[in-house]
Amino acid sequence: MRLANKGLIDRKAPVSFSFDGVTYNGFQGDTLASALLANEVRLVARSFKYHRPRGVLTAGSEEPNALTTIGSGAQADPNVRATVQEIYSGLEARSQNAWPSLGFDAMAINDLAAPFLGAGFYYKTFMWPRAFWERVYEPIIRRAAGLGALSGQANADKYERAFAHCDLLVIGAGPAGLMAALTAARAGVDVILADEDSIMGGRLNAETHRVDGQAGCDWAASVVAELADMDNVRLMTRTTVTGAYDQGTYGALERVNHHTNLRDGKAVLETFWRIAAKQTVRAAGALERPIAFQTNDRPGIMMAGAVRAYVNRWGVAPGKTVTVFANNDDAHRTAINLQDAGVHVAAVIDSRANAKALGDYRLITGAEVCATSGRKALESITYRTASGSDSISTDCLAMSGGWNPSVHMTCHMNGRPTWREDIASFVPTAGSIPNMTVAGACNGDFSTAACLAAGVTAAQDVLAALGVKFVDVTIPEAENSVYKMEPLWAVAGKGRAWLDFQNDVSVKDIKQAARENFRFVEHMKRYTTQGMATDQGKNSNVNALALLADATGRGIPETGTTTFRPPYSPVSIAAMGAGAQGKGFMPERFITSHAATVERGAPMMEAGLWYRPSYFPAKDETNWRQSCDREVNLVREAVGICDVSTLGKIDIQGPDAAALLDFVYTNMFSTLKVGRVRYGLMLREDGHVMDDGTTARLSDTHFVMTTTTAAAGQVMRHLEFVTQCLRPDWDVRFVSVTEQWAQFAVAGPKARDLLNGVLDTPIDNDNWPFMACGDVTVAGVQGRLFRISFSGEHAYEIAVPARYGDGVFRLLLKQAEAMGGGAYGMEALNVLRIEKGFITHSEIHGRVTAFDVGMDRMISAKKDCIGKVMAQRDGLLDEDREQLMGFKPVGVVKQLTAGAHFYPEDEEATPDNDQGYMTSVGFSPTFGHFLGLGFVRGGPARAGDRLRMVDAIRGIEAVVEVCHPVFLDPKGERTRG
Amino acid sequence: MRLPCPICGERDIREFYYQGAAVALDRPDLEASVEAWQDYVYLRDNQPGPLREMWHHDSGCSAWIVVTRNTATHEVLGAALATDVKRTKA
Repeated sequence: MRLANKGLIDRKAPVSFSFDGVTYNGFQGDTLASALLANEVRLVARSFKYHRPRGVLTAGSEEPNALTTIGSGAQADPNVRATVQEIYSGLEARSQNAWPSLGFDAMAINDLAAPFLGAGFYYKTFMWPRAFWERVYEPIIRRAAGLGALSGQANADKYERAFAHCDLLVIGAGPAGLMAALTAARAGVDVILADEDSIMGGRLNAETHRVDGQAGCDWAASVVAELADMDNVRLMTRTTVTGAYDQGTYGALERVNHHTNLRDGKAVLETFWRIAAKQTVRAAGALERPIAFQTNDRPGIMMAGAVRAYVNRWGVAPGKTVTVFANNDDAHRTAINLQDAGVHVAAVIDSRANAKALGDYRLITGAEVCATSGRKALESITYRTASGSDSISTDCLAMSGGWNPSVHMTCHMNGRPTWREDIASFVPTAGSIPNMTVAGACNGDFSTAACLAAGVTAAQDVLAALGVKFVDVTIPEAENSVYKMEPLWAVAGKGRAWLDFQNDVSVKDIKQAARENFRFVEHMKRYTTQGMATDQGKNSNVNALALLADATGRGIPETGTTTFRPPYSPVSIAAMGAGAQGKGFMPERFITSHAATVERGAPMMEAGLWYRPSYFPAKDETNWRQSCDREVNLVREAVGICDVSTLGKIDIQGPDAAALLDFVYTNMFSTLKVGRVRYGLMLREDGHVMDDGTTARLSDTHFVMTTTTAAAGQVMRHLEFVTQCLRPDWDVRFVSVTEQWAQFAVAGPKARDLLNGVLDTPIDNDNWPFMACGDVTVAGVQGRLFRISFSGEHAYEIAVPARYGDGVFRLLLKQAEAMGGGAYGMEALNVLRIEKGFITHSEIHGRVTAFDVGMDRMISAKKDCIGKVMAQRDGLLDEDREQLMGFKPVGVVKQLTAGAHFYPEDEEATPDNDQGYMTSVGFSPTFGHFLGLGFVRGGPARAGDRLRMVDAIRGIEAVVEVCHPVFLDPKGERTRG
Repeated sequence: MRLPCPICGERDIREFYYQGAAVALDRPDLEASVEAWQDYVYLRDNQPGPLREMWHHDSGCSAWIVVTRNTATHEVLGAALATDVKRTKA
């Protein structure tokens, strides 16, 4: 029921929305919860396990009951707390976990079976047979246990991530947070003030307290206005700081557009912030705790503080006749606020015998509510005193068991809270988070005056730590009542008294857990599910701990708390992963010939972040093998062009450049002549192969190293390590030039003829022999030419500045096609190199040594190099090790597959009989059958042996013969032609 | 987590690559014993508490830095350029 003349809602701005298909009206400023209560909708959800009817319990992010699904289709957003969701025109909300409807829920039969469904039910029931665990039991449990469901469709909504830096992060904009931010901001430091609510002020917007002679909400608005005008302040509303991380890093979720109907895929829905703060003031307030009594979960039973919030902030009376049940003075103000708003208060039932009335209402002292009635909405309550029991007709019960400081985030870095007997609650332990100060209600200071003062004190501490001068701030006048409370966790009696509303955990469940020896608090939590799911026990944890302490005969501090972990309240994975969806997860790197390649219809394949052509389909070719075979042949018989720019290129210069190369490569580079290229093998310090490639010497002090595409980053980091950490005395500098040079292989018997058609000065075998390099000019462009070969053919690689890459590629291709050649892709490149026994990272996969790939003689005896000593270990030179060999099919099955393992021909394919494995295969058009490279025990000694090749995954088996890994032109005559 | 790069200042951990204990700086001579090499390449104490470790600012200035970090609390106690640390030792 809407109250006249109350609340911070805009009555000139009516908003129409729907809940379960029924259209309702509210006002701008309403939450879904306040608007539903204004429309007297009490039943909003069904509980998780027993499908009991539930209503709104709280007025904040701690809400355990009122979970709804907002929107529909791909944009449906499940488990949204109605207490946080602001209404907007056209908002569609639906209840969850009820079938066929919220009013009649078939699964409510669980509630009748409740005596059998207590703590540990699943563990005891779904035990045997084991085969049922995943196929039968899990689907049953998942269907029965209900929160909202995701749509299963990709959501086009936009999420962002952002970073912010500040001197001071203030978490929470209640009286303490506002004063802390104001004090620090006036002193000139950079402040971020974040609050999860849509308007700042915290409880000042929910209470009738006066600050500095004005309404608390008006005072808060005036402070916010002052802060908003300051350049050194960033105000972040609708922003929940979700976690505290190392070195002052905080995660925060900003709900940017959940309160609007901007869902066009362009407007940002949520932003996940990472805030780096030198200092932090946590002023996150306190959460009111319920009291456990029989059937305390009926719609209409709410937290007393929430009732005040609905009355004062939203102008909504949650009931027509309200009763208050509490163990503290604070809750009595609920009755006064209601009466002032014209709502009938039936009684205030206080468990304390000596409680005093603070106003003109019926007070029943020394009394406890012991039962309630009303199936889908509260109808009456029964209370008990020393002299007997009586019932009261009421449609709303405001309950309060006192307040729990919000210690959560102070425990995110292994901190444990401290028990304070005087307020019967946990408070943060000082120093739990480095450079964080805790102030106000979240530190156990509950009066407004104390909060305001604590905010100033916290800011003074921060300013002192930052070395900034404190500018005097006047602490405003405010109420300073003493917090009077006597603990009451649960009312004794039969029947179910609910603790954790979200997980349907009752007092009985906690006692049962203790009885069955789940006495350790973390065990109790897992056994009962107390404190799980979206609210993480924000309402119920302390009560549950108190009851566990009681059941186990220990004190509450000895019982301890479960572990608080981020996030404080739910964060969508989409927000945390913002920017990393789709291509954002793996940005694309394109070669300069990309456009020309795609124009020719070449399918692109990924090589790390790079995209390279698989093959270039010619007219009439219907599958990739036809293209691949043709491309191999054209390289062997004419000339082929291939973009090899993705290989890492590192420009190395300086007097000690040669010394660096000698040290990182196993073989010698200081002896390399200027104008020559050499193949090099690089080891890790543990003696295993890191990478290989060619390095060209352009002058005495200038080299260009190439790395494999895959290891370019690793090699760069390795060179940085060697020069900075091992040999800082060397005078050498290097830089990656991978993206600065476009480089193309020109391979085949007609390679030189082709080049001589495009080079400004022709070359011949004398001035450009195998492994020569130097400057050339191609079509007027200064470039470099390297006579190197990864195909086994007479071949070159020509490099030009990347901006000429597209043009030079097209030029080379035109020439090649005119000579009976053409472009070749990765498939053909792979076959060509397998025919020659050249290795790639398929072979040097991290577990092989130079010895294993037959290159142990490349480790120079004349010098030290990375990996030299460790490569000499006995076990790494064992003749029986798996060593690189070639393989060809000799049985009926002609197909070879990479990843297959070898076994003796007449023995079973078992791990004990394993002889090695295949690393690379390709169909060789040159030989007319498959060729493979792989590793086999004994290596060269096995040449001529026949083995069983078994690919257990693909179900392929073949007989192979072990042969020398270089199938084609073992003497290398073609390359020198 | 944030690390103080001596060149760039305090930066987010996502900019860094982690290598392990700063033992890596103390590469043995070619003639050193097999045991010394085993220690260098493989053996680490792995005690909780302050540890000198190697980080590479590979999304920043490319400097290798020696960070002293308490592995139990993640408190960063200091950072220096590996180059400077190595030169001081030599």
